[in-house]
Amino acid sequence: MAGAVNLLAQRHPINSALSLVVVMGSLAVEYLLLGAEFVAAVQVIVYAGAIMVLFVFVIMLLNAGEEARTKGSKVALLFGVPGMLVGSILMGWVLIERSGDKAVPAGALPGAPKLIGWLLFHDFLLPFEVTSILVLIAIMGAVVLASHPDTDQGKKER
Amino acid sequence: MVPISYYLILSGILFACGVTGFLIKRNIISIFMSIELMLNGVNLSFVAFAAQWHALSGQVFVFFVMVVAAAEAAVGLAIIISVYRTRETLNVDQVDLLKL
Repeated sequence: MAGAVNLLAQRHPINSALSLVVVMGSLAVEYLLLGAEFVAAVQVIVYAGAIMVLFVFVIMLLNAGEEARTKGSKVALLFGVPGMLVGSILMGWVLIERSGDKAVPAGALPGAPKLIGWLLFHDFLLPFEVTSILVLIAIMGAVVLASHPDTDQGKKER
Repeated sequence: MVPISYYLILSGILFACGVTGFLIKRNIISIFMSIELMLNGVNLSFVAFAAQWHALSGQVFVFFVMVVAAAEAAVGLAIIISVYRTRETLNVDQVDLLKL
């Protein structure tokens, strides 16, 4: 379902950002089918909302145009394509044959926000706090990197 | 009632698309979006396994992956902006200052 959309859309040039939004949305539907309501909501808000807005902003800010096409090398054509075909067929066969045919019922695991929150603040408290520090570092790094390096205009504004 | 192997295959397709885009794209923003695609493929397999084994911790891990992806996107896009400001290009083939 989502894979077909993705495969067709991802080959486009820089407006692949919009196709990525489609992929994110269909993945959110997929999570809902698997019963992970909280993850689906976070997927829509964080990915399709925040990150894609950031991407589109940067694309428009930098005025990115079409990307130049390059010729693929002969070696890649000679070994890469058969290798990729064999590898993907092997992977598919192994996945279908060996992973058992235990079907995942729709909405198998009610990923209620309450349960996830309990798990997050009891069993995974330390990773959670480490993540908060990571996000803080990321914010500072983004501000420092995106500000003007030599003029003090950037400093005055902050 | 969908077998878990279908979810795994879809996740593998997403990851493969990400790797392919990462390798063949020349635009630095496209490369960045391919990385996001790979992260999403892994997230899907996380959620599928969590649903199969009835373990909610898989969804917590997806949450952590999303947080890390958001932080990475913020820093990476800042890096892209500063690179564009100094090099005036988005083509990764022209950002070769570290090459011998």
